[in-house]
Amino acid sequence: MSENEHHIVPVKLYMLIGGTLLFFTWVTYAVSKIDLGPLNTVVALCIATFKATLVVLIFMHVKYTSEKLTKAVIFSAIFFLGLLLTLSLADFGTRNWL
Amino acid sequence: MSASHATTAGSAGAHAGTQDAAQRELRHHFVDMQQQSNTASLGMWLFLVTEVMFFGGMFCAYLIYRLAYYKDFAAASQSIDVRWGALNTAVLLVSSFTMAMAVRCAQLGKQKLLVIFLLFTMLFGATFLGVKAKEYYDKYEEHHIPAMNFNFDGKLLGHPEYVVNQRHAEMFFSIYFAMTGMHALHMVIGLGLMAYLIIASSRGKFDTSYYTPVENIGLYWHFVDVVWIYLFPLLYLISRTKG
Repeated sequence: MSENEHHIVPVKLYMLIGGTLLFFTWVTYAVSKIDLGPLNTVVALCIATFKATLVVLIFMHVKYTSEKLTKAVIFSAIFFLGLLLTLSLADFGTRNWL
Repeated sequence: MSASHATTAGSAGAHAGTQDAAQRELRHHFVDMQQQSNTASLGMWLFLVTEVMFFGGMFCAYLIYRLAYYKDFAAASQSIDVRWGALNTAVLLVSSFTMAMAVRCAQLGKQKLLVIFLLFTMLFGATFLGVKAKEYYDKYEEHHIPAMNFNFDGKLLGHPEYVVNQRHAEMFFSIYFAMTGMHALHMVIGLGLMAYLIIASSRGKFDTSYYTPVENIGLYWHFVDVVWIYLFPLLYLISRTKG
């Protein structure tokens, strides 16, 4: 266990991530005014997921954690959230098909 | 010099200067501070999973109703001022950056900088809530608060002839206030936790061997940020061009 020291993230990386997050906030704001049809939602959610991934991996230290169970817990959260959303939307989205 | 100091401090009690907090805080059923800290962190992540499912239920309700009342939801969403939402997103992201810096200062044992970064995080968190209050007040003046003389007279962008269903628009704002309200409540709780951290670190409760509360409240703060990262596009952005 002695090699499981807390990783110190360099300030420059935190600033780079913070800057990237702010830049993509501006990007998603600017793109939302351009009419892409249904792709507007896809682009907005992809940018949101990219931003959320940066926050979780770097700010929340998941990239550096020595506790392997943490990653299993996060994957289970994403899996069950996906299950909730996809099955619910598959149900409500196809009711008119009958 | 300070970096090597910090990397050796993780092993409990190995560093002479960190003996106090390690001896005070290590519970008898843990082998060392490292194991105790890993356990606390895992427990925090499990709590965050329950939070994901809690907010996930509301996201699911939003998506189902948006699917059912597509045009009314678009018209209702277009009545929200996107600039305030964008400003709040930036404010919250900056507060996440200052929180990450606060945890870094705790890791390195820089107690004064830790308090300063926590104060900045509180400042940005309070700014977010102030902007949110302004947005809520605008909605109050426009009669867009459900069950309080609700009246929606907005039009769907590009379809001025479309008559917006009042009840469907009211449903959008019910979900809007439920989701942003629960998020704001989490922010208020976060500010309380921040205040606790500032008092505790001022009293010298933390050092490089023990800063679990800073780390875990940081996780909580970043999680609340992640929720907003999804709320912003879903409530403000994705209906701006639909016509």
